[in-house]
Amino acid sequence: MAQDEKVCCGPPSGPPSGPFERPGYRLLPFVAEVIDTATGPVPRVKTILETSDHLSTARVRWGIRRDQYKVAPGLYCIGHPNAHSPVLVTANYKLSFDRVRSEANLPAAWILVVDTRGINVWCAAGKGTFSTEEVVRQVRAARLDAFLAHRRLILPQLAATGVSARNVTKECGFTVIWGPVRIGELRRFIDGGMNASLSMRQVTFPFYERLVLVPVELSFIIRHLPWVLAVVFLLSGIGANVFSFQMAWTRGLWMAAALAGGVLSGSILTPALLPWIPGRAFSLKGVWAGLLVGLMIGGTLWHRTSVWEVVALLLFTMALSSFLAMNFTGATPFTSPSGVEKEMRKALPAQFGTILAVIALWITAAFR
Amino acid sequence: MKDFRYLSGGSTLVLDRDVCTGCGMCEMVCPHGVLTVEKKKAAVVDHDGCMECGACANNCPVGAIRVSPGVGCAAAIINAWLGKEGAACCG
Repeated sequence: MAQDEKVCCGPPSGPPSGPFERPGYRLLPFVAEVIDTATGPVPRVKTILETSDHLSTARVRWGIRRDQYKVAPGLYCIGHPNAHSPVLVTANYKLSFDRVRSEANLPAAWILVVDTRGINVWCAAGKGTFSTEEVVRQVRAARLDAFLAHRRLILPQLAATGVSARNVTKECGFTVIWGPVRIGELRRFIDGGMNASLSMRQVTFPFYERLVLVPVELSFIIRHLPWVLAVVFLLSGIGANVFSFQMAWTRGLWMAAALAGGVLSGSILTPALLPWIPGRAFSLKGVWAGLLVGLMIGGTLWHRTSVWEVVALLLFTMALSSFLAMNFTGATPFTSPSGVEKEMRKALPAQFGTILAVIALWITAAFR
Repeated sequence: MKDFRYLSGGSTLVLDRDVCTGCGMCEMVCPHGVLTVEKKKAAVVDHDGCMECGACANNCPVGAIRVSPGVGCAAAIINAWLGKEGAACCG
């Protein structure tokens, strides 16, 4: 039988195994190819994100397996870099890594990924994993000095919280250049002779960046929702007949509506409208947003229930909104720990006191 | 960031101008334009804008800046009050 004749078992065979296939290994989808350098193979990564990247970004934005969203630390590259190409240092959170490879907008560069345990640059710097020691360790592990003609590392400016530029130089001989806050401005930074303008140095918190953080806030709430709802329906059923399932259902739904209103105003409206809501303390901003939403809920229930119940629901929405808004401090790039602690010392007792008052009002109203 | 303001007087940032050499490193790493070099010495020009990230103190070559750094995050502070170690908010 001639070899080119059609055989019975299936369509013609595909191409032979590629040069980057190794027994037991699989090439990650963001790797275009593996290039050879003086110190070993280096993955050349794609600079355009694919559907799978966008899908996993959406997933971690909802807090799902966010703590395991990382790439292996070490050296990568974009384009075809040589001994004179810049070295960009970043965190091994895949979201950070994706940003760098897709927005660096350089024809060629080395990307040195340090092990921040899958945490973004700024948070890792704050926690001490994006540190002087870690940068030095990765510079040595990648043996950058063996094939680079220069001794410069470009670090994101926000890593300065954890990295001391002069200590990096002292320990491995590389000079740290503080790059702009946003990787998208790197090209302009380099073209401008490595000089950052004031705007490149300062963090911002625009509408879209605030909104993109909302799902993670909601994912924390969803985790606590089952027991909170159980308490809501249980409290709503207590009355003159000891416990009534009828009351638990109807009054429970009203309270669940107030709960949803608190989540809406504290975790969605407050972040979205942050600069326009009066007050500086986040708990206060949450109170105003909660008042607005609570009044709307109270207005729709006005004819169906008593004044005391409407007041209880309004207070519930406001207290919850205040607490959730206060929690958003952790997501913002401008609140100081001293300030948050100062705010919480006043706000937490007020929020919990209000919740206790709500419970008392709610149960009392059922006996009237 | 002038369009976002948090509480006033909430920062532990202290600059010792006598020690400062005016190298400008703090101005470069501050994400909020809190420090500026004026007349060859750093100056705190927006104390209320400080979020205590600690970048300036960490990179000052002469130790002229003191700040008690941390993450301004309610969840992290609650966890610290509850005595939970390492349970910070951001991941």
